[in-house]
Amino acid sequence: MTMLVALPILLPLLAAGLSLVLGRFATLQRLLGVVVFTANAVLAVVLLAEADKSGPVVLQLGGWDAPVGITLVADRLSALLMLISMVVMLAVLVYSIGQRITDYGRSTSSTAFHPMYLVLGAGVSMAYLTGDLFNLFVAFEIMLGASYVLITRRTTATRVRAGMTYTIVSLTSSLLFITMIALVYAATGTVNLADLSGKVEALPVGVQSAMALMMIVVFGIKSAMVPLHFWLPDSYPTAPAPVTAVFAGLLTKVGVYALIRTQTLVFDHGESWTLLLWFSVITMIIGALGAIAQNDLNRLLSFLLVSHIGYMLFGLALYDVTGLAGAILYVVHHITVQATLFLVSGLLTRHTGTVALRGMGGLAKLYPAIALLFAIPALNLAGIPPFSGFVAKLALLEAGAEVGTTMAYVATGAAVLTSFLTLYAMAKVWVFAFWGKSKPPHPDPDPTDELIIGTGSTSRTMVSATSALVVFGVLIAVFAGPLSEISTRAATDLLDGGPYRTAVLGEEAE
Amino acid sequence: MNTVNVTVNLTMALTIGGLYAVGFYLLLQRSLMRIIIGIVIVGHAANMFLQLAGGPPGRSPIVGVSPAEEMTDPLPQAMALTAIVITFALTTFLLALAYRSSVLLGHDEVRDDVEDRRIRRQQQRIDEREEPDEPGADRKFEFGTDNDKEATR
Repeated sequence: MTMLVALPILLPLLAAGLSLVLGRFATLQRLLGVVVFTANAVLAVVLLAEADKSGPVVLQLGGWDAPVGITLVADRLSALLMLISMVVMLAVLVYSIGQRITDYGRSTSSTAFHPMYLVLGAGVSMAYLTGDLFNLFVAFEIMLGASYVLITRRTTATRVRAGMTYTIVSLTSSLLFITMIALVYAATGTVNLADLSGKVEALPVGVQSAMALMMIVVFGIKSAMVPLHFWLPDSYPTAPAPVTAVFAGLLTKVGVYALIRTQTLVFDHGESWTLLLWFSVITMIIGALGAIAQNDLNRLLSFLLVSHIGYMLFGLALYDVTGLAGAILYVVHHITVQATLFLVSGLLTRHTGTVALRGMGGLAKLYPAIALLFAIPALNLAGIPPFSGFVAKLALLEAGAEVGTTMAYVATGAAVLTSFLTLYAMAKVWVFAFWGKSKPPHPDPDPTDELIIGTGSTSRTMVSATSALVVFGVLIAVFAGPLSEISTRAATDLLDGGPYRTAVLGEEAE
Repeated sequence: MNTVNVTVNLTMALTIGGLYAVGFYLLLQRSLMRIIIGIVIVGHAANMFLQLAGGPPGRSPIVGVSPAEEMTDPLPQAMALTAIVITFALTTFLLALAYRSSVLLGHDEVRDDVEDRRIRRQQQRIDEREEPDEPGADRKFEFGTDNDKEATR
C-alpha cells in the first residue's frame, strides 16, 4: 500500500522521458499522457480511500527514517486535492490533444508539450505528497520549470515578455524559498514538516514570526495573493488556452495548499489570524475590481482568479475547523471551475478571433452550446445556488460568522461583496459577448504563433473535454455532502496534527 | 544533527547580506541582463546562507574517517547542491529567453506591463487634447500600433 504513494510522482516522470522518445509517434505519445493521468487519478482515489479509512499513508524513501530521510505522505487533504488536480489535468490534456489535431492534423506531434505537461503533473503530485520543506521546494521547481517551458514555447514578442515576467518573479520567489529553508534549518536543524511542528514551538516568538512571514511571502507570490499578484494577470493570458487553464487551475492552488499545510502543521496560531484576514480582504476586493475594469476576457478571468484566492486565504485565516473545511472545499471547487472557464474562453476565441469583449457579440445565438458551457461555470464561480461555488462560499461565510470577531465580520462582508462583484463581472462578459449584435470573426492577428484563433474550427474532442469539466464541476455540488464531510475531517486532521506526526515519525514521537 | 545554537561567522553573515543587497538592487533595474545577474547573485546568497545554516565547519562527514561529533552537517550541503543545480539550470533557461527576447524585440529592456502602458496612453491622449501645439513632446518610446494590438489581444 505504502509504495502507491510514490507512483503519482514516478509515473509521470518516467512517462515524460518515454514521451520524449516517442516524439515521432504522435498517437502513442498522446495515449501515454492520457493513460498516465487516468492512472494518477485512480491512484488518488485509492489513496484518498485509504487515508480516510486508516489515517495518512506514509512512505519513507530508501528506508531512511523520518527526520533524516525523504518522506512522502498522503493524508486526506493531499489525496483529495491530488484527485481533483489529476482529473482537471486529464481533461485539459484531452482538450489540447483535440486542439492540436484540429489545427495541425492527426499525425504531427509536438515534441515539447507532452513531456513538459507530464513533468508538470509530476511536480504537482509531488508538491501535494511531500512531507518535507526542501522537497516541497524541489516539487515547486519541477512544476515551475515545466511551466516556464509551456508558457514560453514558440515565443512571439508578446509571449517572451510575459514569460520573462513570469519566470523572473517565480525564480525570485524560489530563491526566497531557499532563504526560508536555510532560516528554518538554522533554527531547528530539520526540514521535515512533522518534525518541525514539534520543534518550532520551542523557538523564540520573533524567530517564529520571521519564519511564518517568510512562508507567507514565498507562497503568497506563488498563489498570487494581493499585493504579490501583479505577475499573474500579466503573464497567464498570453499562453494558449489549455496551458492557461491548467496554470490557473492548479499552480496557484498548489501555493495555497503549501500555505495551508505549513501554517497548520508547523505553526500553531491558535486563533483567527488578523494579518492574513487583512490580506484575504484586500485580495478579494482588488482582484474583483481589477476584473471589472478589463476588456480582455482572459485578463478578466485572471483577475477573478486572484480575487478568489482571497476566499481560500480567508478560510485559512479563520483558523478553525469550519473555516479550514470551507477553504479546502473552495480549493476543490475553484480548481475545477477556473480551468473550465479558461477552456471555454479558448473555445470562444477560436470563433471570435479576439479576446476583447468589445469585439464580440451575439454569441449566444450563434453558438448556444458554448454559451451554456460558459454560463454554468460562470454562475458557479459567482456562487449562485445550487452550484458548488455556493456550497463552498456558504461554508466560508458560516465559518466567518462563527468566529465572530470584528475582523472576521469585515472579511465575511468582503466575501459577500466579492461574490456580487464576480457576478457583475460575469454579467458584463455575458452582455458584451453573448448578447447584442453579432460581429464577424476577427482574423488571427498573428497566424505564425501557436495561438490559432478566429478560424471558427472546434473539434468534438475539445467541446467534450470542456463539457466533461463542466459536468465535473456540477458533480462537486451534487456530492457536496460527502465532500464537505471529508473536508471537515481533513480540517480536523490539520488542526490536530497528531495523526500526521505519529504516521511520519512513528509511535514514540507522540 | 545540530541544534538551535548555530554560531554565525560574522564575515559570512556580512558577505551574504551584501550579496542579497546587491542582487535585489540589480533585480530592480530595467535592463534584462542586469536582472539576470541579480537573480544569479541572489541565488549565490541563498546557497551560501544554506551552507551557513549547517553550522561551523568540521571534518568530512564520512563514517570511519572522522568521529561523529567532529563532522560537519552534510544535510545543508546536499540541499545547497540541489539548489545550485536548479538555479543553474533555470539561469541557463533565462539566458536563452533573454537572447530570444533581444532577437525579437531588438533590445533588452524590460517594458512596463500592459496595464501601465494603457494608463500612460490614456494620459497621453488627455495631454495631447490639452496642448495641441506640442504633439508628443515627451515621447521617448513610441507607443505605436503594436502596443494597441497587444492590449486588445
